[in-house]
Formats: sequence, C-alpha cells, structure tokens
Amino acid sequence: MSKQEFLAQLKDGLSGLPQSDIEERVAFYEEMIDDRIEEGLSEEQAVSEIGSVEQVIAQIVEDTPFTRIVKERVRPKRKLQTWEIVLLILGSPVWAALLIAAFAVMLSIYIVIWSVIISLWAVDLSLFISALACIVAIFFIPASGSGASVLALISASLVLVGLSIFVFFGCKAATKGAVILTKKVALGIKNLFIGKERAR
Amino acid sequence: MDVQLKRGLLDVCVLAAIRNEDSYGYKIIKDMKPYIELSESTLYTILKRLELAEMLTVRTAEHDGRLRKYYHITDAGKKRIDEFKDEWNEIMSIYQFVIKEGQQDV
Repeated sequence: MSKQEFLAQLKDGLSGLPQSDIEERVAFYEEMIDDRIEEGLSEEQAVSEIGSVEQVIAQIVEDTPFTRIVKERVRPKRKLQTWEIVLLILGSPVWAALLIAAFAVMLSIYIVIWSVIISLWAVDLSLFISALACIVAIFFIPASGSGASVLALISASLVLVGLSIFVFFGCKAATKGAVILTKKVALGIKNLFIGKERAR
Repeated sequence: MDVQLKRGLLDVCVLAAIRNEDSYGYKIIKDMKPYIELSESTLYTILKRLELAEMLTVRTAEHDGRLRKYYHITDAGKKRIDEFKDEWNEIMSIYQFVIKEGQQDV
C-alpha cells in the first residue's frame, strides 16, 4: 500500500472524530512513514511497519472517549440557516410531540414486559398463599368433619406447594430473560451508534 | 502486565527518551525498541497526555522539506522522572517483601 492510500484510508476511517483530531493524527502517521523512508525503507515497507489501517483505526477509536465521538456526531456539520431555526421552533409542537410519543411507546413496551413478569410472580405467590390457607383450614375443620375433607385439604396444599415451586422456576427464568433482553437492547443501541460512526 | 502500571511506566520511558535532547516520534520509538516495544498509536496517546500534563512541549520544525514535530521536556517532566526513581525504590522494597514472604508458603 502506498503512503497516500494509507493516509486516505486513515482519514476516512476517522471521519467520526473532530476535524482537528483527524488532521493531527494523519500528520503524525505521515511523519512516521516519512521518517522510515528517510532511513532507507521503501514506501511499501514503511507503511507495512506501521501496521494495518484497520488496526490503527480500531486502536484510535478505542483510545478516543465515547463523549468526544458523541459530541462530534451531535454537532451539526454546518451552521443552521435562519429559516431552518425558525422552522425548527415553529415545528417544535410536532417533532417534540413525536419524540415524546416515541419515548412513551418505548417506555410502555418496557412496562408491559415487566408487568407480565410481575403478574407471573403474583400467580406464584398466590399459589403459595393458597397452599398455606389449605394447611391452616385443616385446623378449622370441626371434629365431627369427615376424614375425607382433611385428606382433600392436605392433598390440595401439597399440589399447590408443588405448583408454586414449579412456577417459581418459570418466573425466575422469565425475569432472567427480561434482564438479558434489556441489556441486549441497550448494547444494541450503543453498537448501532458506534458501528455507524465507523462505517461513515 | 497491569494496564495502569504499564501506562505509568511508558510515560516515564517517553520522558526519559527526550530527557537529554529534543526528539521526534520515530526516534523515540527507535530508542525505546531494545527495551520496550511501542506502537505508533500508543506513543501518540502518551505524547498527548504528557503535553496536557505540561511535562513536555511540542514544536514543529522543518526537516528535509517537510514538517516534523519535536518534543521538549519541561521541568515538570524532569521532576516526574526523579519522582519515578524514588517510587522505584519503594516498589523494589515491596518486591523484596513479596519474594521473601511468597517463598515461605511454598
């Protein structure tokens, strides 16, 4: 690869960073390559000693704080025209409402997922309470009561306890799944952001 | 090696490389090579950090028809090297302790 190719690819790969950062980085690598050439290396050799462009870019992105990338991304690439600002303000009832709506939808989806999980736990808890109630009820059966009803209550409580234990594991798995899903979504959003940044 | 420890060591290494005379990027890497391997991007990060900490200053000078950046150590930079030497004595006594106490168990 020639020096110019290397530097051009480097510049492209760093386009998510502030302009001054890019220029300084490119100048730094250009000097490094030139110094190697001066020492007697061929251009090809000098460039290959620096390493692959992809590696260099990845290292630089890793070294650059996330806030610096975000700042650059959020900053408009050009100054806003007066009419654009006017339009932005005039349109604010529309886009602000849409933004709030989008946020509300996301929040409600999140709430729905968690309410399902909460209701699952509630089912489990009610099963357990019913089992306890059955056990307590045994002591309130009048002495004249038949042995069959005592047996029925004991077996009912056993079934309920068994069910509640069974459901407990289901609830645990569902909660775990929801937590993992939440984390994955959060990571996905971040990756989407950085990925776009690198590809641009 | 522990990242924090290595970072601190590399900072002092780069300062030492420009201690006696101003130097430039490639020369710093070459001078350090027999002792410690240093990549360009790592060096860039270190130089930036040391510049921000005012341990070195940068000047651009023409060399052979192109521009080259030269790094000059400041008093704060020299002080950092001296501090490192003191710290090192401390680290060596900790090392002695680790070796001595570590052996008893084996």
